Amino acid sequence: MAGNVLAVTGLHKSFGGLKVIDEVSFDVARGSRTALIGPNGAGKTTIFNLLTGVYPVDAGSVVLAGSDITDIPSKDRVVHGMSRSFQNIRLMPHLSTVENVMLGQHARAHSLGQLLFPLGLVARNRWRAEAEAALAEAGLDSYPGEVVANLPYGVQKRIEVVRAMISRPQLLLLDEPAAGLNDVETRQLQALLEQVSAIGVTILVVEHDMHFVRNLCDHVVVLNFGRKIFEGSPEEVHRSPVVLEAYLGTDEPGSGEGAAGAA
Amino acid sequence: MSGYVEAQLIILCLSVIYAYAIFLPAASGQLNLGAAGFITLGAYASGWLNNADGLGLPMGVGMVLAMLFVGAIGFAISLPILRTRGVYMVLATFAFAEVVSGIAINMEFLGGAAGMPVDAHAPVEIVVAVAVAVVLFCFYFMSTRLGLALRSIHDDENVALLFGVDVRTARVVAFTVGGMLAGLGGAVYGHHYNYVEAQTFNVLLSIYILLYVLLGGTQTAWGPLVGAVFFTVIPEIFRHVAIEMGSDWLADSRFIFFGMFIVLMMVVRPEGVVTRTMQDRCAGFLSGRRGRARRAAE
Ligand SMILES: Nc1ncnc2c1ncn2[C@@H]1O[C@H](COP(=O)(O)OP(=O)(O)OP(=O)(O)O)[C@@H](O)[C@H]1O
Ligand SMILES: [Mg+2]
Repeated sequence: MAGNVLAVTGLHKSFGGLKVIDEVSFDVARGSRTALIGPNGAGKTTIFNLLTGVYPVDAGSVVLAGSDITDIPSKDRVVHGMSRSFQNIRLMPHLSTVENVMLGQHARAHSLGQLLFPLGLVARNRWRAEAEAALAEAGLDSYPGEVVANLPYGVQKRIEVVRAMISRPQLLLLDEPAAGLNDVETRQLQALLEQVSAIGVTILVVEHDMHFVRNLCDHVVVLNFGRKIFEGSPEEVHRSPVVLEAYLGTDEPGSGEGAAGAA
Repeated sequence: MSGYVEAQLIILCLSVIYAYAIFLPAASGQLNLGAAGFITLGAYASGWLNNADGLGLPMGVGMVLAMLFVGAIGFAISLPILRTRGVYMVLATFAFAEVVSGIAINMEFLGGAAGMPVDAHAPVEIVVAVAVAVVLFCFYFMSTRLGLALRSIHDDENVALLFGVDVRTARVVAFTVGGMLAGLGGAVYGHHYNYVEAQTFNVLLSIYILLYVLLGGTQTAWGPLVGAVFFTVIPEIFRHVAIEMGSDWLADSRFIFFGMFIVLMMVVRPEGVVTRTMQDRCAGFLSGRRGRARRAAE
């Protein structure tokens, strides 16, 4: 199916007089891998928070897969086909890996019968099996029963992606998934996202690692001080004087590590 | 069974029921210091429904209806109470229990301050059976997807929300079902001792129950069981040791040591005796042993 999976129009958000998002509009094409980049404090995470309803918008609209979700409650958005990961890992520290992933299934299992089904007592059930299979597919099958708080950072980051994916989103929002990962972990993450993309899920990713963005993404939206300053292919972004000026820096364009303020 | 052991067993069973009642909301991060209020309601309601000068219903029917009644009250007060957080919720639930106590004492048809005799007797077998049923129910409840949602809310309610968990409803359910269990505990109490008196269900009881839960641990369904057993049995043992040693002073001051012990526990194990990691280790150990036994049998 062609067209846009997400249409953001005229978004505004202020926090106590500080304008954080200012008239931002962009579309995310279905099946694309779009990056949202910009310096620290540009408003990237805030955009994600507005998309997922963590904060109400001051003005503007968010249309997901044809439905206007601007004003619907946060908890009802996931069923419209959107889920996310977080800049600072927000797995449930006291749940095991597989339980964290099963939380991602919640929106698909909210009938009374499903809510009262003893997932934890019935050793073999389709929800657990599905969660374990998803972990295995992501190369994380060595940790299913372990409490996540004790796992390595890179593993936790990928569990967040698996948890988000198992809600069967049309649009996956990833907030700096590669931050803090070493080269091996970054490649593992990239492979995971290639899989995700191959099954038709659209990816919108916030990322400072420009090398990662160039490898993964086909479209880039650039924010600066809450405004969209540029939009185009990764190559165009690297040639754009405005972007170089505001974010990437003029020497060695696209060297990744050269990105201003890489966190 | 000697009279002493039976009496201790009854206390233990009641503590276990009460602890699970408070555990259910605690597992989703809500602190309920109103256990005594729910227990009072259940004890009086069940007694009155059963008594000849009340409705004269059979004991079992009275207990079930009392539980539903307490559940309805719990549901009604959960709506305002769950708007509060942390220490404010502790105070709100405490205030609820005080109001219930005040009302019970001033109801002439419930015997007022003198208390109310209860007709039907629940023998030790029934008390134990109810306690076992409550424990099994809570293990089941926490293993469901709803239980998973409650544990998620405990860890990070905003993320739970983003994955579609109806946080408010889940909280209301945990609070209400917990209230029902406390009401059931009160009903069992009334029928076992055949007497209810609002003053017995005071704030000290609510505090102890909350302590069982917090010190036992809220991460797994084992926590309240371990907490209640630990904290009803240990002080008793301590008392006996003190008596054996012939020290009245030790016997009388055991609560000082108990109090110090509680403070120590909070320092060294703020997450409670039973944590999720510990449960996993025990389960791993047991299954490993079973596996070895099986291999040895082959
Ligand atoms: N809840 C909030 N209350 C007040 N100010 C906020 C809030 N959330 C974000 N901000 C402010 O909005 C601005 C944009 O923050 P945001 O987190 O969206 O930036 P970002 O582009 O994600 O940056 P980074 O690359 O560092 O993650 C910052 O100045 C931040 O301080
Ligand atoms: Mg951010």
